[in-house]
Amino acid sequence: MALLEEESHRDALQAAWLEYQKARKRFETVYREHAKERPALFENLSGNTVEPLYGPDEKRSDPTYYLAKIGFPGEYPYTRGVHESMYRGRLWTMRMFAGFGTAEDTNRRFRYLIEQGEGGLSTAFDMPTLMGYDSDDPHSVGEVGREGVAVDSLEDMEQLFDGIDLDQVSTSMTINGPAAIVWAMYLALAEKRGIAWEKLRGTTQNDILKEYIAQKEWIFPPEPSMKLVTDTIEFASQHVPQWNPVSISGYHIREAGSTAVQELAFTLADGFAYVEAALRRGLDVDAFAPRLSFFFNSHLDFFEEIAKLRAARRIWATRMRDRYGAKDPRSWKLRTHVQTAGCSLTAQQPEVNIIRTTTEALAAVLGGCQSLHTNSMDEVLSLPTEKAVRIALRTQQVLAYETGVTHTVDPLAGSYYVEALTDRMEEQAKAYFDKIEEQGGVLACIENGFFQREIADAAYRYQREIEQGERIIVGVNAFTEGNEESIERLKIDPSVERRQIERVKAVRQKRDGWAVQKALEEVQRAARASENLMPALIAAVRVYATEGEIVEALKQVYGTYQERAVI
Amino acid sequence: MERRPIRILIGKVGLDGHDRGAKVLARGLRDAGMEVIYSGLWQTPESLVRMALQEDVDVIGISILSGAHMTIFPRVHDELVRRHAEEILVIGGGIIPPEDAQALIQDKHAAAIFAPGESIETIAGWIREHVPGQRQALKDGA
Repeated sequence: MALLEEESHRDALQAAWLEYQKARKRFETVYREHAKERPALFENLSGNTVEPLYGPDEKRSDPTYYLAKIGFPGEYPYTRGVHESMYRGRLWTMRMFAGFGTAEDTNRRFRYLIEQGEGGLSTAFDMPTLMGYDSDDPHSVGEVGREGVAVDSLEDMEQLFDGIDLDQVSTSMTINGPAAIVWAMYLALAEKRGIAWEKLRGTTQNDILKEYIAQKEWIFPPEPSMKLVTDTIEFASQHVPQWNPVSISGYHIREAGSTAVQELAFTLADGFAYVEAALRRGLDVDAFAPRLSFFFNSHLDFFEEIAKLRAARRIWATRMRDRYGAKDPRSWKLRTHVQTAGCSLTAQQPEVNIIRTTTEALAAVLGGCQSLHTNSMDEVLSLPTEKAVRIALRTQQVLAYETGVTHTVDPLAGSYYVEALTDRMEEQAKAYFDKIEEQGGVLACIENGFFQREIADAAYRYQREIEQGERIIVGVNAFTEGNEESIERLKIDPSVERRQIERVKAVRQKRDGWAVQKALEEVQRAARASENLMPALIAAVRVYATEGEIVEALKQVYGTYQERAVI
Repeated sequence: MERRPIRILIGKVGLDGHDRGAKVLARGLRDAGMEVIYSGLWQTPESLVRMALQEDVDVIGISILSGAHMTIFPRVHDELVRRHAEEILVIGGGIIPPEDAQALIQDKHAAAIFAPGESIETIAGWIREHVPGQRQALKDGA
């Protein structure tokens, strides 16, 4: 009897599907014959064709598909989000990237942001700091404090976080080549203030692979750079358990011109490379994987960005569990920071950038990000003014408190389009993983220029599409009335460089020169012995060795690296 | 008269690693029929001018997104003067506020500064218009 019922139920279902397919065919014929489409490029930013209509299909309507590929929020494979309650439980962290001038200047901006209700700090360093040069180095001329804060020694770190409780905030630091050294300064600062490392929360970007691929701010060759990253992963897992030692970043890959699919694929491939390096070091996957975090871009194509974040979570969870044998569910969760796309902003009619940033931020929220930076409208012209930053932060607050998009978890799940897009991005990313593996892995692909070529091709294609008018960018190739108006801009005090040079010189004067010498020798010895460098780095910054001095000492051991430029 | 293609050096000077614009423009100008040399990252004003002379270029295009433009353009200009090569046109692009761009042009540290979003076609057109005819003429045929 039960069997019979089941059979008739199955027959009814099959009949319904047949009816649906007939209706669908009929609609497609009608559409083909009658619908008039605009002469536009119906392609997303990854170059994938977008269909006029998405609808149910047998595969995705099957509950077993739902259980295996989508599931529930807070549960494997986390397509719908890493927490069961998502923003009903806690809003994302509104984390605005800031940094310019001297440590005092940036400290003032930090305190302003905390007063405005921001939950986490995010530090931008200037070019010399990012490249491992002190402010008084000849390479630094004209660049000190220009696009971030200058940090030469522990003294600058003390100023930067003056009056800010390190055990109350979470601090993100966007630094890569010299990340281990700057993190050592932060740890030394906590130690000086008597704050236990176990209480520190924050993130060092420390993703050197994407530097070779896209952002081009490395110091040492790839191999020793990977070793340094692995040192920080190991040290964090043992001593600073709440710290995210690496933020695996697609942001810069996207800004360099990649498509969304490339951003997804290359970023996750980098993540796998860090996991594999730590496993080779002998670490247990569940001892470090829960602290790996991610950083994605949110660009103009609204649904593609949402699908990208959903696909990223699913791919990561699957790989961590099935390939690397992680057992702790925390190791399966891809937690991510998102920043709206700087490269999507236009110098023409800069106020319009507020709207671009709003839709990009909404995509990040609907994609389930854990923290978010919204760009200021004027960043395509200079560093942002306080007013522009405030509007950008208010954008997040409007999304969080006024729009209601936070009321339910993953509201777009089950959208025929979003689920189809999520699946397609997953497939295309996996095709890239195979290509990367065939060429010998991520490091091999950096050295043979594979990533750089893929990105340069995509960037050029995008530019051509804009120039040929296939893609409309408001104010750039259409609707240009109003382009001549200008807006207020932040000026960096030209005396910053001189003041900072005086500071670092004064530090060199008053510190114990002999202790610095000994500490630098110890850094070199530890580097030659392939020991974990963190203890030697912390000892060196504690006696006020400068970043540039430590980098120079390490260059003598590790050497430097030049890329083969790909046009 | 047959013309030799315009030669241009696209350069990244200083510590700034943002090379998307430089590379897109390099490829675009090449597609527009110019001979393009890309300097690679981290050039100094001296190394960039040396490269320009070795490659016998008509134009140097500098891309800067690090905010160091008010230091770098004058230093490149001084180096060109020192090496008696002021006839090489210097143009620029990147994150350069309009008033800085104006100052650079007024002080003759740059012949033109292109804002983000400027089309390759516009830039190529400007170059064709401003590189003197005799430099565009075939060298031995001129």
